[in-house]
Amino acid sequence: MDTASHIKAGAWVEIYKIILQPHERTAKIPKDTKNIPFEIKARGFLLNDAYMDDEVEIRSLTGRILSGRLITANPGYQHSFGAPIEELLNVGNELKKILADN
Amino acid sequence: MQYDEIMNKKNIIMKKSLGIDYDKYKISSIAFNYEEMMADTGYSLEDIKNIQKETAVGNTPLVELKHLTELVRKISSPGKGARIFLKDESANPSGSFKDRRASLSIHQAKSKGYKGVMAATSGNYGAAVASQAAKKGLDCIIIQEAFDSKGIAQPEITEKARACEAYGAEVLRCSVGPELFFLFLKILDETNFFNASLYTPYSILGIETLGAEIADDLYTKEGRFPDVVVITHAGGGNVTGTARGLLKRNADKTKIIGASVDLAGLHMASDTDFNRKSFTTGHTGFGIPFAVWPDRADVVYNAARPLRYLEEYVTVTQGEVFYMTQALAELEGMERGPAGNTSLTAAFALARQMDQQEIILVQETEYTGAGKHPTAQLNLAKKMGIKIKRGNPQDNIPGKQIVFPEHPSQIKAEPVDLEKLRLSYFKKVAKNISKSEDLTNADFSFLSKDTRLDKIKVKEIMDAVLKE
Repeated sequence: MDTASHIKAGAWVEIYKIILQPHERTAKIPKDTKNIPFEIKARGFLLNDAYMDDEVEIRSLTGRILSGRLITANPGYQHSFGAPIEELLNVGNELKKILADN
Repeated sequence: MQYDEIMNKKNIIMKKSLGIDYDKYKISSIAFNYEEMMADTGYSLEDIKNIQKETAVGNTPLVELKHLTELVRKISSPGKGARIFLKDESANPSGSFKDRRASLSIHQAKSKGYKGVMAATSGNYGAAVASQAAKKGLDCIIIQEAFDSKGIAQPEITEKARACEAYGAEVLRCSVGPELFFLFLKILDETNFFNASLYTPYSILGIETLGAEIADDLYTKEGRFPDVVVITHAGGGNVTGTARGLLKRNADKTKIIGASVDLAGLHMASDTDFNRKSFTTGHTGFGIPFAVWPDRADVVYNAARPLRYLEEYVTVTQGEVFYMTQALAELEGMERGPAGNTSLTAAFALARQMDQQEIILVQETEYTGAGKHPTAQLNLAKKMGIKIKRGNPQDNIPGKQIVFPEHPSQIKAEPVDLEKLRLSYFKKVAKNISKSEDLTNADFSFLSKDTRLDKIKVKEIMDAVLKE
């Protein structure tokens, strides 16, 4: 990510915000979660020209104005299928063999 | 502090965002009038079918899984191996039975003049609410538990976020923790949107059409109701709605069995465990707490009350579900799930003990896609250091080791002791009273219905619990 890059108003971006600091979190959670902040990421259209890591405002898809630190311009979807799982590759043939056996 | 301020306003926000005055149904600190709460919505089963028809929800195909049935018979004693049927709910507009759940809420929101709807969900329900909202021209906000403190997103939840955004919804992605509910209430309060909670009467009534449809579909095909219906159990809505729908069609001999993926040892609010679950729903992390205390949900009185309807509850392992997902694709030509295949995996094991003339029905499937697929989950598991291998599925350890069976005969439906779950339920009740004499006849009636036990048994257990 180019942190120096200039993002134009109107661009589709993602922002980050801490909602609750560790001491503000509910007591009813495990320690590992209690020790870290409660964070959110939101996407929307940038209201004013900005640089990466600036505190900015965005307009969300429902028209709400949200504020936070600019972390991504044109955020995408990185999820995929990934490589096949070797341990599952033979399952189909094994089951077909059981069906074919008398 | 803002957190307490919002949480203390919970009931006021609920009333405003749902239009339901839960106080009306209160009988005591223990009991409430469940059926009156459901009936007061004013929607009959036929009304709901018509509402769902308007947005192309429901009327999904019922498929006989002939090859899987044949496979069961190959590995069962002579005469054993029930026929397996599957209701292909992935044929709903957003790809799961959750469209049924969302449809009535969105219809209600639209007819009451709300500008938008909101739901807290990391699952298929988000896509369903977003899709139904798009169909009705309402704004939609979905709030998800989406990533851990290292910023690693759970791939299945990323796929749901993508689907929600594809339907034009605003998605808020949160880190791990129950404070998501605080943010949910805060935004509901600010926006005056409708609360499309998973646990309102609208949500549960929307699923009743699924129970009615499986009764009708099978009756049309085979002239009878299913002997057993297996339901993937998480928050309890799927079990409750399906069972109620079957009962409305008088299928009262059909046995209701819930099934969850066993995630014992993993904590649902733990940042460390978040990406070690390999399943985002249909697991014991929701299934057990929501069975023993339904009113932990984001509404005052939960309309999903699984202990009222569950006759048996079983678990299967992570490795068994991934294995069965592969089997469904390769033997039946249906790429579905993975999480929705939990009940299929249990049904496969249960069918082996049933007679060949019997019918076991799996009541849902869900769409498959990038992130929402065994390979995506298993590649993440490997990245998290979880071991993956073939072997005895009993060696599966959630968060540490996923074991795919070496042979289909190794797949087991492990029974969960419902008596133990009821005991936990009664212990929660006991926190509100000091002695069982404090309980009125109305309380005993409620507790009896809420746990499928007679009043004498309820009294016995309550006495024992209160002595402790």
